[in-house]
Amino acid sequence: MITMTHTLPPALQADNIHKRFGSLEVLKGISLTAHDGEVISILGSSGSGKSTFLRCLNLLEAPHEGRIALGGEDFKLKRLKDGSLVSADPRQITRLRASMGFVFQSFNLWPHMTILENVIEAPVMVRKTPRKQAVAEAEALLEKVGIADKRNAYPGHLSGGQQQRAAIARTLAMQPRVLLFDEPTSALDPEMVAEVLNVINGLAEEGRTMLLVTHEMRFARNVSTRVLFLHDGRIEEEGTPDKVFDDPASPRCRQFMASHR
Amino acid sequence: MNLHGFGPQLLQGTLMTVRLALSAVSVGLVLGLLGAIAKSSRHAALRLLGEGYTTIVRGIPELLMVLIVYFGSSTMIGAVLRQFGIDTYVELGPFLSGTVALGLTFGAYATEVFRGALLTVPRGQIEAAQSLGLGRWHCFHRIVLPQLWRIALPGLGNLFMVLLKDTALISVVGLDEIMRKAQIAVGDTREPFTFYGCAALIYLGLTVLTSGGLMALEHRANRGYRRARS
Ligand SMILES: Nc1ncnc2c1ncn2[C@@H]1O[C@H](COP(=O)(O)OP(=O)(O)OP(=O)(O)O)[C@@H](O)[C@H]1O
Ligand SMILES: [Mg+2]
Repeated sequence: MITMTHTLPPALQADNIHKRFGSLEVLKGISLTAHDGEVISILGSSGSGKSTFLRCLNLLEAPHEGRIALGGEDFKLKRLKDGSLVSADPRQITRLRASMGFVFQSFNLWPHMTILENVIEAPVMVRKTPRKQAVAEAEALLEKVGIADKRNAYPGHLSGGQQQRAAIARTLAMQPRVLLFDEPTSALDPEMVAEVLNVINGLAEEGRTMLLVTHEMRFARNVSTRVLFLHDGRIEEEGTPDKVFDDPASPRCRQFMASHR
Repeated sequence: MNLHGFGPQLLQGTLMTVRLALSAVSVGLVLGLLGAIAKSSRHAALRLLGEGYTTIVRGIPELLMVLIVYFGSSTMIGAVLRQFGIDTYVELGPFLSGTVALGLTFGAYATEVFRGALLTVPRGQIEAAQSLGLGRWHCFHRIVLPQLWRIALPGLGNLFMVLLKDTALISVVGLDEIMRKAQIAVGDTREPFTFYGCAALIYLGLTVLTSGGLMALEHRANRGYRRARS
């Protein structure tokens, strides 16, 4: 059994990701392997490159160096004149992106569509799921995140917490292999944080593979199988939650943990 | 008011004016969208093309534009056909010339309206579409365009009202629209006040109708936004 799991390709693998904005080097070689069912939290102070790293993984941002593979399939990349790497295959990238759910800090729901329309858009337009089936699946997902009653409301009429839960449902509708969360609760009023974290916790318990950038330290510690601490574009500390939170080798990580309790 | 039997003529002219305005606005909306896309493009050549189009068209008085399209088109089509060894005289005719001239003008101004609207669609919404695997065309047509429309509608409505009145210019090349029908009636009856007054009332009526139509369109486009915009 154990040897079996080792022969499976990792759900997501990134090797030596570099990224710069102009002359500012933001990522200085980050590698990460996420196996199926792992929940990896990425911590670090503001500007350490957490969002940039996450965005490089589905090529919302063009890295300058590195290799990315989803379920063992390498992203086909080509180099632009400015040195950055973009997808060399539009069909592959849309397919791979659809298998990597991305949840944004600012929800990014489409304001001209109802919640239900937001959720079925990609399944119907990209996956070609029959509309009736897509609606049934969407309703089940909205039920799951606890906003079934808002299916016909527009995003502008929902609270922040409800919008983020809708955005999570929209992402789940594509049945992604991996979920990427970029500070999903940072734009929320404090009283709405818990409802979103509950949904994310539920997903972790289902055994979903997730990368989670967050400042919710207690939650990260409870939900993660592994924690990365980023500093200045590098992985400064990596290990089990207990190790990284209680006994980090890096003084910087220790200081960060102390200042975030 | 005694119209000396010219009532049906004025009605025909009104229909012609409406037809011309609608066909010119269709051409103009397409040109405006293309212009905005060109001007927002990553490619310098496309940006230059868009810039050239709006600069030239906006720099030429509309009356001149109508005359250039009407008289210039037959010369140009003739020259092109001659290259293929065909020697015939082809002209666009007043209606098509009017459509082209007014459409070009509307498109040039609409380019700026659409370009401004393009900037208001938050980048994050496009990233959300990309992250779900929507391709470029889906993203434009399903996410960007409906929102563009909402933002651009008031500006486009204004341009349409200007266009509606500019249709009067096409009377100079002999299109039987309101203005020309009124001129004919005046020539016949020597009652300029009656018929120019009538024409003015008709334009005013059309503008009021347009205004109502626009309000309905805006109301529709704003579904989901009322009370929103936190
Ligand atoms: N589009 C951009 N253009 C230029 N610089 C950028 C851009 N995006 C990010 N940066 C810079 O890259 C660095 C890393 O940014 P990033 O957003 O990845 O940090 P972060 O760890 O997510 O921080 P936070 O906790 O504040 O979200 C910062 O110095 C930021 O200013
Ligand atoms: Mg960030």
